[in-house]
Amino acid sequence: MTTTRFQELIAKNEALHSARRRITNSIMLAITGLLTLLALIPLFWIVGYVIYRGGSTINLDFFTQLARPLGVSGGGVLFSIEGTVVLTIISCLCAIPPGVLAAFYVASNPNTPLGVALRFGTDVLAGVPSIVMGLFIYVLIVVPEKHYSAWAGGLALAILMLPTIVRTTEEMLKLVPHTLHEASLGLGAPEWKTSLSVMFPAALNGIITGFLLAISRAVGETAPLLFTALGNDQYDLGKIIGGGIQYHQSLSAIIGRIINQPVDSLPLTLWKYALQPYPERIDQSWGVALVLMIFTLSIEIIARLWVESRKRALQG
Amino acid sequence: MTINNEQNCWFDENIDMKKISVPHANGWLARFQRSTHHGDTLWSVLIIIASLLVLATVVAIGWMLWQQSTDARIKFGWAFVLPTSNATWDPLKGVYQSWAFIYTTLITSLFAIILAVPISIGIAIFLAELCPESIRLPLNWMIELLAAIPSVVYGLWGIFIFLPIVVVPVGQGLFVAFGQIPLLNSLFKGPIPLSGSSRLAASMILTIMIIPTITAISRDVLLAIPNTQREAAMGMGSTRWEMIWQVLLPYGLSGILGAVILGLGRALGETMAVTMVIGNSLEATNSLLTPGTTMASLLANQFKESVSQLHTDAMLEIGLTLFVITLILNMIARLLVWQVARRTPQEARA
Repeated sequence: MTTTRFQELIAKNEALHSARRRITNSIMLAITGLLTLLALIPLFWIVGYVIYRGGSTINLDFFTQLARPLGVSGGGVLFSIEGTVVLTIISCLCAIPPGVLAAFYVASNPNTPLGVALRFGTDVLAGVPSIVMGLFIYVLIVVPEKHYSAWAGGLALAILMLPTIVRTTEEMLKLVPHTLHEASLGLGAPEWKTSLSVMFPAALNGIITGFLLAISRAVGETAPLLFTALGNDQYDLGKIIGGGIQYHQSLSAIIGRIINQPVDSLPLTLWKYALQPYPERIDQSWGVALVLMIFTLSIEIIARLWVESRKRALQG
Repeated sequence: MTINNEQNCWFDENIDMKKISVPHANGWLARFQRSTHHGDTLWSVLIIIASLLVLATVVAIGWMLWQQSTDARIKFGWAFVLPTSNATWDPLKGVYQSWAFIYTTLITSLFAIILAVPISIGIAIFLAELCPESIRLPLNWMIELLAAIPSVVYGLWGIFIFLPIVVVPVGQGLFVAFGQIPLLNSLFKGPIPLSGSSRLAASMILTIMIIPTITAISRDVLLAIPNTQREAAMGMGSTRWEMIWQVLLPYGLSGILGAVILGLGRALGETMAVTMVIGNSLEATNSLLTPGTTMASLLANQFKESVSQLHTDAMLEIGLTLFVITLILNMIARLLVWQVARRTPQEARA
């Protein structure tokens, strides 16, 4: 068996070529892994540093005291925690009912013109910059009312939450087995009763996680609140409610006072404090960052775990 | 007259239908139930109204901004948004041209995209094709957690940590490397401020913030590619990388492009983190290494302190411009992503 010169060349070329190909292959594959590590660096850096700086600021006063004047030590961010709670409740009340109902529509009529338009619309709405939503609510509510208010801020956050709520609710409703739907209809239950007392409870776990994800996004948002909720470091729920009870005001009057004045929220406070040249304010803004981050990240993780287990349970 | 002793028999001819009283057969409730198909008509009306409400929000955002910025639109016309060499934004004289902000928005976002796209596609390839099953889910989550960190926290971390430690050295390096090259020197005119506040800082923060968006969608696009494509490529003797580079990426190209455009949309509209690190200078320069103002950060800084109605209107027009740009980008991106999803039959997916 003799090899010709030609065969030799081919073999040599092949060896060289395949070596180059193999090396390219392993280098490029290694690079993708390194890029993944690279992207994780900021995550751990941010989380670690915020815990380090914020952890040293947080104490009981931080959660239970109102802001003190500059130069007076101590003081906390109770006002912005209360503001965040009020804003979140308002935005949930405004966003969840229409969002869930719209999701029922899309889930049952995905291919009608309205269904297609709605899916497209929610996608578009999800991409609208949050500051534009703030401008919209400013024009729609703050200008006619002539004052900033908590409910304007809540409404701006509600628009921000809508796409997430519609999307996740729709997906969760689609995961409910068809047989459940058909069984209920076959027993003679009307469509609305099937939707509300069969489909909705069956998908409830997933839907609630959708709400949680939407809330965690909304709680971390600042831009839509800049010119709707404005900020108010003297906001004191205890005083409003206590005063209302003391002077026998009606419930609606008390709620009116709660939602008709400007409020602060955690990210808004963080932003204001971070840009001030006073070290104690900056320390407090790290504390706020820690509270905010723990809140959003833990909601995100819990919600994802929940969705994952739910999907597994439903898919079989 | 057949069977009399069995009442209610259906063939009993003598039964007077009017005398059989099914309870409330003609009561208001029963009539109401029949006329609404036991409430289903109401239900469908209700969910249609809710759907229209959601849609109306999108339309109303555009309509209100369009209507409220009428004065500014009429007064400045297209000159408001068109490129000019020396755009003025002078609230005292009442002259408003927004090109400087549009330019800064575009340049920071484009630079962020240039940095983020290779990283994100690399991560997407790793997550979709290479990653061992056991660490895939945690890695996915960690990348997506980057999107869950509030943007003010990015800003705070940016000001005190990221800018001095990372951005300033990078900026100085860019200045040294490109500052003398004829065509690029206006883009890299420096030196970068000592605090690091600059368009470069905004771009780099934006890079971190849009990586999760681009990664998640590109990964889904890669996962949606039928396995037959992979098998065919491997069967022809290609290496794994050749399969990814020459088969999978071209196949999913339009979807990945969609992901990039969505990332761009997110970068254009990002407000708080950018406002905190960009320096908010109104000076019109072209350089990446100097402070600037994006459209969103201008709104965050000036909207509350507007000095006149015209000032407010001009800023509403900036909001309108931002809305229209992101609207168009989103539509293009969604169409591209949908196209990939439609081309791939459900059964063929991995």
